Amino acid sequence: MRRIISILMENEPGALSRVVALFSQRGYNIETLTVAPTEDPTLSRLTMTTTGDEYKIEQITKHLNKLIEVVKLVDLTEGAHIEREIMLMKIKATGAQRAEVKRTVDIFRGQIVDVTATVYTVQLTGTTDKLEAFINAIGETQVLEVVRSGVSGIARGEKVLSL
Amino acid sequence: MEMLSGADMVVRALQEEGVEYIFGYPGGSVLHIYDALFKQDKVSHILVRHEQAATHAADGYARATGKPGVVMVTSGPGATNAITGLATAFMDSIPMIVLSGQVRSDWIGDDAFQETDMIGVSRPVVKHSFMVRDPKDIPEIFKKAFYIATTGRPGPVLIDIPKDHTAPNKTFPYEYPKKVKLRSYAPVTRGHSGQIRKAVEELLKAKRPVIYSGGGVVQGEASEALTKLARKLNFPVTNTLMGLGAYPGTDRQFLGMLGMHGTYEANMAMHSADVILAAGARLDDRVTNNTKKFCPGAKLIHIDIDPASISKNVAAHIPIVGPVQQVLDEMLSMLDEQDNEPDHKALERWWQEIDGWREFHGLRYETNESGPMKPQQVVEALYKATEGKAYVTSDVGQHQMFAAQFYKFDSPRQWINSGGLGTMGFGLPAAMGVQFAFPDAVVACVTGEGSIQMNIQELSTCLQYGLPVKIININNQALGMVRQWQDMQYGGRHSQSYMESLPDFVKLAESYGHVGIKVEKFEDLEGAMNEAFALKDRLVFMDIYVDPTEHVYPMHIADGAMRDMWLSKTERT
Ligand SMILES: Cc1ncc(C[n+]2csc(CCOP(=O)(O)OP(=O)(O)O)c2C)c(N)n1
Ligand SMILES: [Mg+2]
Repeated sequence: MRRIISILMENEPGALSRVVALFSQRGYNIETLTVAPTEDPTLSRLTMTTTGDEYKIEQITKHLNKLIEVVKLVDLTEGAHIEREIMLMKIKATGAQRAEVKRTVDIFRGQIVDVTATVYTVQLTGTTDKLEAFINAIGETQVLEVVRSGVSGIARGEKVLSL
Repeated sequence: MEMLSGADMVVRALQEEGVEYIFGYPGGSVLHIYDALFKQDKVSHILVRHEQAATHAADGYARATGKPGVVMVTSGPGATNAITGLATAFMDSIPMIVLSGQVRSDWIGDDAFQETDMIGVSRPVVKHSFMVRDPKDIPEIFKKAFYIATTGRPGPVLIDIPKDHTAPNKTFPYEYPKKVKLRSYAPVTRGHSGQIRKAVEELLKAKRPVIYSGGGVVQGEASEALTKLARKLNFPVTNTLMGLGAYPGTDRQFLGMLGMHGTYEANMAMHSADVILAAGARLDDRVTNNTKKFCPGAKLIHIDIDPASISKNVAAHIPIVGPVQQVLDEMLSMLDEQDNEPDHKALERWWQEIDGWREFHGLRYETNESGPMKPQQVVEALYKATEGKAYVTSDVGQHQMFAAQFYKFDSPRQWINSGGLGTMGFGLPAAMGVQFAFPDAVVACVTGEGSIQMNIQELSTCLQYGLPVKIININNQALGMVRQWQDMQYGGRHSQSYMESLPDFVKLAESYGHVGIKVEKFEDLEGAMNEAFALKDRLVFMDIYVDPTEHVYPMHIADGAMRDMWLSKTERT
């Protein structure tokens, strides 16, 4: 099962490497990982997606919680949540395809953020599924380069992850 | 505010933490600290002969006292030599502080002389680590390090200190913090009362209960509570290799050790149990055998301070996260308050069954009047000569298992061995640490001719500090445990399990300034033991020749259940 784990941790050198090392040490896999400081500069917020059965996820969260720098942790997939990923993408856009690509970008509510005579650079935000659907719709042969941010997530409603 | 150099802060912090001994070895990056140590006399530095030994000595000190062991090593090779000791302490949850020197902060990352990324290298084998980035932080880092090492599930903490941050000519305001501020670390201090109550109800209903306790009971000072609980309920108790001594080894309710080389009765009782109370034990693979076949009829109540240990290998029916002493005490008061009684009738039947198992096997071995001595006889003689009261450290191999099986430990912290990592070379330096902690105690190191050679250089340290450790070298002229596996699983092909070209250990001991005694015949054993232990202020190296073909039994049959065991070379369950 795919899980989104969101972690508040001390914004200190070495903290991130401990989180990442834990995964390789214990044979868990990380699919995506994003990290940045929060409104409180002493804290970082880290979001990762991973897969595993219930047993594995329980072990992962327990071991993450044991890391001294991890302050709080939540498995967002346990409740209603919002997830977003941002993607930047260079797409071949020549001749008749230029209009076709533009139409597809509009349908997915993406934005063209840079243009040359042969290439569109597109920005798209959404769930991982949506981004993948877009890549499929464009067709792999048209795609020149893809950069994805990895998943960020937040719980719905009044629940907050803070100190 | 007082102004101190980084080096002086380090030493002061150690003093504030009440550190008596620091085990270490000097080198370039820690010379400022060594100079600061030289100018004071509160913390005694013990100079070992290899950094690995420093870590094991500190570890032995910690296991015997419950206080953290402290180590100092230089950067690069000094630091990497400490890794095995960190890993050993980490696996057995031993509180330890290792200070490692580091190259100047402005050289870090430049492949400077004796630079190793010690934070990186040690990461998987420490509970936590700190890099000193500013000398001003030293007091706070030390306070945190000691706190983290000794609370919750204890473990080793590394502090890496770049040389320039200890320079004597730069001083900084010093004040040792009274309290630790750590918003991200709060070990549990109480078990959940609802869970504890549920557990007590289950214990009272049990018809075939077993208490299975581990190193957590020793570390968590919960022996007394465990013993009271077991006696009150009249339940049988088995200990893990790490838990020996937590329940008196000579008590009628004690079934001996369980697991791979556990007793027949302990493993049979576990397999047949309906309720298992696991206290401070982590159900590791040397205990459970195949977890899918583990104790099929049992409800598992699992007490541990570390939530990650619960339901890791075997799912717990009633998990209780908390300090084992507090949880057991609460169980006891719940039992008292309602004047609850266990199911005495069922327990009587259960004890009959257990006594039957005891009679059937016990811990037997064959002796041969005219043949070589048996290793088991050596441990029995040691037990007798020391009246069961010695601190016994051990190395790793058959001798370790024989010591665990045949020395009946009546008190916690009396048995000191590397259970989780199984580190050959642990025994002698650990014995040094114990002897420093208790100068007047009888300390015996049970070892093998393989293991002892992994830290033999410490005989020199023992001479320097006059440590009267008794080394019981059970010499089977083989890497016995390896050889046993080769006998059982590799058609007797003894690939690289000989110990050829052995030194003359008696002469070796003598050349280090100690006493050596060689024993080849059983009839000489008792006399030699008594002679050795009568030499109260000398280190005695007893080189005792035993049957090289002996195996440790019982032994779990790989991938089977708890009850699947070899009982001798020819009998199995
Ligand atoms: C550092 C280290 N290397 C290798 C091993 C694997 N090993 C386990 S027991 C053993 C043999 C130990 O021989 P000895 O000390 O003579 O003890 P014996 O089994 O003969 O009693 C070995 C090599 C280990 N546990 N530790
Ligand atoms: Mg041997």
